Amino acid sequence: MSETMMISLTVNGQRYQRQVEPRLLLSDFLRHELDLTGTHVGCEHGVCGACTILVDGVAVRSCLMFAVQADGCELLTVEGLAPGPEQLHPLQAAFRQAHALQCGFCTPGFLMTLAPWLAQHPNPTDEEIRLALSGNLCRCTGYQHIVEAVKMAAEIC
Amino acid sequence: MKPPSFKYHAPRSVEEAAGLLAEHGYDAKLLAGGQSLIPTMNFRLAQPAVLIDLNRIPELAYIHPAGDGGVRIGAMSRHVQVEKSDLIAQAAPLIHETMPLIAHPQIRNRGTFGGSIAHADPASELPAALLTLGGRVQARGAKGARWIEADEFFLGLFTTALQPDELLAEVRFPALPARAGFAAREVARRHGDYALVGVMALVGLDAGGACNLARLTYFSVGDGPTPAPQAAAALIGQRPTSEALAAAAELAASADIPEPVADIHATAAFRRHLIKALGKQALQQAFIRAGGAA
Repeated sequence: MSETMMISLTVNGQRYQRQVEPRLLLSDFLRHELDLTGTHVGCEHGVCGACTILVDGVAVRSCLMFAVQADGCELLTVEGLAPGPEQLHPLQAAFRQAHALQCGFCTPGFLMTLAPWLAQHPNPTDEEIRLALSGNLCRCTGYQHIVEAVKMAAEIC
Repeated sequence: MKPPSFKYHAPRSVEEAAGLLAEHGYDAKLLAGGQSLIPTMNFRLAQPAVLIDLNRIPELAYIHPAGDGGVRIGAMSRHVQVEKSDLIAQAAPLIHETMPLIAHPQIRNRGTFGGSIAHADPASELPAALLTLGGRVQARGAKGARWIEADEFFLGLFTTALQPDELLAEVRFPALPARAGFAAREVARRHGDYALVGVMALVGLDAGGACNLARLTYFSVGDGPTPAPQAAAALIGQRPTSEALAAAAELAASADIPEPVADIHATAAFRRHLIKALGKQALQQAFIRAGGAA
């Protein structure tokens, strides 16, 4: 094991300090160090989008960052998306209602990609939605219901 | 897979980064956006002993006007910042139009303008844009700074004129000439995936409506950004008729790039077809923008 570094960061509003190896991917840090397993790991080379989280409000692939690079950053993962334990985020509610997920493996990445995007594009067209989702793969739904869910969420928001 | 162990440095200034590069040389890799380097490390295709992370150097992230009407882009500007910049839209419209073609939104949020150029992936858009626009890059190291012209920068597959002790600090584009037009075109299997073939065009017209400037650069057809000089030369002095553009695009496929790469994504024959089709489309749009009918 190579030498470790102390990092401190905020995830879903909670402060964490951990000693980590520089080579630890941010996705693995979230899953194995913080037990936040909602962030899924699909391809680990930036193609599938399943590991998408927000770093300082911006959607990025957590498998293409090292945890040490997130030192001092504010992160949001799918666990922090809903406003409370009894409430869903409008995107989550719309995904459930529109059947925009089947196995659910890709869903956290879709939600975290869409949350900041929808805030900036309150009235998206089908084509804009498909472009925004071009970096997320879903092998179950065929995407049609996902596009419908985004439009539904845009109406709720 | 998981990346191998490395020693990590996060310098706070270009000077500090240059000092680390001078100390570690070939053992070190610069980490910019990491959207190409980290996947390569995850696959263990790259196993650098030392990583020098440039993300904590604010002096490398800026977009400024240049004195000559062009633009200066700091190497650590994120793709998304360039994509959304009003200055880029107005002073470097080909770059503005190219940015949404680069990968997916999440990659553009993290990936950097300088990183993409220094990486010199043969399928990437920005090296071809740099060549087409006649831009240049500033290399900085412990020994000082130097400028490298685009046509001397790309040396081959993932290879540039940067020395192991240098980092790419700035990318500069000149202003477009008067009565110039431009276009960027590519075909990919899924929006944001690597282009199967792409092309950048820059053309100009003289007062009489004849072509006096033509540059055509393809990407994802060879070891790096690939100019089509014979196609471009055939346009000079010509009126941009549909026949002239088709003939130039044909020349790009038959004379300039007769043997494009073949891989699992596309055969050489399909790429030759795309070289012709995209070349003609790009030239057409560029000449329309320059003010000539095509």
